[in-house]
This record gives sequence, C-alpha cells and structure tokens, in this order.
Amino acid sequence: MENLENLYREVILEHYKNPRNKGLLPDPSYVTVHIKNPSCGDDITIQTKIKDNQIVDCRHEGKGCSICCSSASVLTETMIGKSTDKAKIIADNYLKMVANKIYDEKIDLEEAEVYIGVRQFPARVKCASIAWQAFMQALAKK
Amino acid sequence: MEQNIWRADFPQITEKDMIYLDSAASSLKPNSVIMAVTHYDHDLSANIHRGVYKEAYEATFLYEETREKVARFINAIPEEIVFTRGATAALNLVALSYGLKNIHPGDEIIVSELEHHSSLLPWQNVALKTGAKLVYVPLDSEGRITIANFESVLSDHTKVVALTYISNVLGYITPIAEIITLAHAKKAITVIDAAQAIEHMPVDVKTLKCDFLAFSGHKMLGPTGIGILYGKQEYLEIMEPIEVGGDMNDNVNKYDAEWKDSPYKFEAGTMPIASAIGLGTAIDYWQEHNIMAMEDHVRRLRKYTYTQIKKIPGITIYNPTSETGLIAFNIDGVHAHDASSYFAEHNVCLRAGHHCAQLVMKWLNIEACLRASLFFYNTFADCDRFIDATKNAVKFFHKMGF
Repeated sequence: MENLENLYREVILEHYKNPRNKGLLPDPSYVTVHIKNPSCGDDITIQTKIKDNQIVDCRHEGKGCSICCSSASVLTETMIGKSTDKAKIIADNYLKMVANKIYDEKIDLEEAEVYIGVRQFPARVKCASIAWQAFMQALAKK
Repeated sequence: MEQNIWRADFPQITEKDMIYLDSAASSLKPNSVIMAVTHYDHDLSANIHRGVYKEAYEATFLYEETREKVARFINAIPEEIVFTRGATAALNLVALSYGLKNIHPGDEIIVSELEHHSSLLPWQNVALKTGAKLVYVPLDSEGRITIANFESVLSDHTKVVALTYISNVLGYITPIAEIITLAHAKKAITVIDAAQAIEHMPVDVKTLKCDFLAFSGHKMLGPTGIGILYGKQEYLEIMEPIEVGGDMNDNVNKYDAEWKDSPYKFEAGTMPIASAIGLGTAIDYWQEHNIMAMEDHVRRLRKYTYTQIKKIPGITIYNPTSETGLIAFNIDGVHAHDASSYFAEHNVCLRAGHHCAQLVMKWLNIEACLRASLFFYNTFADCDRFIDATKNAVKFFHKMGF
C-alpha cells in the first residue's frame, strides 16, 4: 500500500496530470518511433530531434496508464539538451533499473530516478519501459 | 459463517490470503487434478500409444479414458474428441484445415465483435487468404448478439458461423442453439467458442447440433496446455491434419504417407499427456458435483456484488445485465492498469486490460477495463473484500489526485 502511494506520489502523478513536451510535430527532421504494449493497450509515440549529436527536442504523444504516460513526459524532460552518447547511457540505465537488473547507480537519472519504485511492481515494468524503449529505437534509427 | 462445500478442494484458497476473482482467465485447480498430474509425472512418465510395459499401458489408458470422459461430458462419442493445446489451437485447426480448403471468394463468414481473438483471428486469416468476406453480427444496445441481428446478416453466401457461446468480457450468453438452427438452414457450418461456457452450464453438442465446439482445460479446473475440439465425424474425416509427424500416421513411404483416422491424425507428436490426464480428473470433479447448483451460487454472488459495486460513486460498469459471473468495470479517470495494481496490493486478483478482445473495447469505446470473474469456490466474504477494496480504491485514487 505504501509502495503504491510512494510510487504515485512524487513525480509520476505530477507528470501524468501535467505532461511536458506533449504533442507531435509534423516536422520530418524529427525521428518518430511508435510502440504499443499489446497486453494493455498502452500506445506511445516518441519524437526526437537530434542535431550535431545533441538531443535538441523530444516530444511524446499517446495513451495509457499513469506510469506509462508520465514516464514518457519525464523522458522528454530528461533528454532535451543531452548529447546522444549521454542520452543512450541514461536510457540504458533507466531500463535496467526498472527491470530490476544490475545498473550503474552513479549515473544521474535525474527525475527518472523515482521510477525505481516500479521494481516493487514487476507487472508494471513494461508500462514504465515503452516510452524509453521507443526513445532508444529513435537513437538507433538516426 | 457461510458454507461453501467446494472451497476446501482448492489448496490455493485454503493456504493463502488471496481473493481470486480471475477464474475467467484461468481457474484454480482442485487437489484431485494436481494429484492426477503428479501421478503421471511421478509414477508413469511414459509415452502413449507406443510402449507395451505397464507404465506405458497405464498412461495410454488414462489418456484415452479422458477422451471418453470428455465425450460423455458433452454428449459426443470419443471419435469426435480431438486433444489440442487449448481452445485457441482447436479453433485454429478448424480454420486452417476446414476453412482454407472449403471457403472460396464471395463466401461469407459470420463473426461478432464479442469474439475473443482466438475465435476472431483464425477466421479473419481465412477471409484474407481466401477472399471470403468477414461479416459482423451487429450487437444490440447492451452489446449482445441477438437472433434478429444474426438473421439480418445471415445469407445464402454464409458458409461459416463462428461465434462465442459466452462473452469473456461482458458475460452475455449467446442464443446459440437458435443461431445454429438458422445457420444450418443455410447450410453453413457452425464453430462455437465454448471456452467460457463449459464451466458455467451443461453443454450438449447433440442438442445444440453444432458442427464444431472448442474449449480449454485450464478454465474448467484442468491443467494448462490441453484443450478440446469437438467436431462432427463427417467433418473431421474429410479434414487434413495441419501438423504431421510422430504417432499420427499409419504407413510412411519414401514419397507419401497415410494418416490414422480422426481424431488421432490431428494429434501429432507427444501430446501433453499429464495435462490430458489432469483434464480427465477435472471432468470427474464436474460429474461429482452439481453444475447447476454451482452456477446458482455464482449468480447469487454476482447479483450481490453488482448491486454493491453499482452504489459506489465513480465506478462505471459495462455489463449491468450480464447473466453470468462477470463484472466489467472501470474506476472513472483511472486506467485499468493503475487500478489493478491497487487491487493486487490488497491480494484481490482481477484481470485488467483488453482481455484478448480488442473489438469489445472498441465497441465500448474504452482502452481497457477491469474484470472481476466470480466462480463457484468464491464466497460472499470474497465479494465483500472486493467491494471494500473497490470503495477504498476510489478514495485512494481520488486522494492521489487522479
């Protein structure tokens, strides 16, 4: 019970209610990746604009549960302004962290750190991962 | 203290603090089924239809005895009973074998938006591959398949009618006997998904006169990995196997081979023997108890729970008039997966998501919902825990600012 409250309390609900960088742009200079979680219908699209190996902009759109939608919003805030190398390291660590795998705790995940609470809810790991997986795919596509 | 004569047979209920309201996804298993599976693995472990030693003989005997038990249970003969991996594999077998060979461009296949993906997708695939047309029975305002709406799409082009007996999301019972009669008048074959029906009502294939009927073992107290396809002999005989290999053949030459008679030609390779034997024991359980008394109990539980849940502000129920044990609902403003984590934290096991029935979600115009499914081993105390959890969940999500 406390686990659930803690999970929702901090950043997650704030971003769920007030998502940042939401809405896609009809701009071909963005790399667009769409991912669905077929088991629950979460459906997220991530747009990333990369210039000179920097993430200049990152946007999201989609529908799903609070963990899924908020993690997309947190992703965009975390990534804007990062170098692609740094972004890749952060996203990789984040995905390992939520999946309860070994990750480098020295890497600063900023606000995304709170999603460590998802480890208490293994059934929700997918929800916390899909936006970040879409972002990883966007980096690979580029 | 209310009495529930069945409850003590289920170790997961007696040994854990768990309110199990997800039996429509998979039922709990009684001790007798667990013992039967263990007996095979522990004492027999031999393959069937092959060895002549004692263990192999007993394994073969129990496997074939299950076929006879299933046949008696649904009023068929053993030759009409094919073991499959589950209802999904059974429905795919009909579509891939009978469907691909006998359906032609311009033919029509009737399905509905209530179908589980396992009843819909095999026929969507046949339609795409053969050029046949997939035709949907319009659902009425509650989301039900009605005889009148079925008649509105039935035509001289109808070749297959593939419908669910009971919806796995809304719990509505399809007037399937009448529909089968109407379909046969147009010489269409009928393929019934009975995965949600077999554990809630007596099913008699001779009374229904259906051509095919499929169900899974694990929703009717049996193990996973085993299911049943019932097919009329005249159809099973003309159908080609979709898998070939060990055990299903009669005579193998360098360039051709002959198959055993049905049902054996459809059971290639080593089948899930332990699961089949476990299913036989599950059927014993049904035969030893009164399914109508069990279902009466389920309906009383459902009525009580529905009445209480309906009173809670902030809850939407999607199947108010459902006659079986399902309650499909959402907490307003809360995604089903957020809500289900709350229930899980309180040891209330519900299903959340689209329930392998995306067309139902689209028809309801929602992304996902929660489903509580009541079964005979549930009690009014279970329902009270669920009702309290629902009230508290509404408060919790309200407090969190959802």
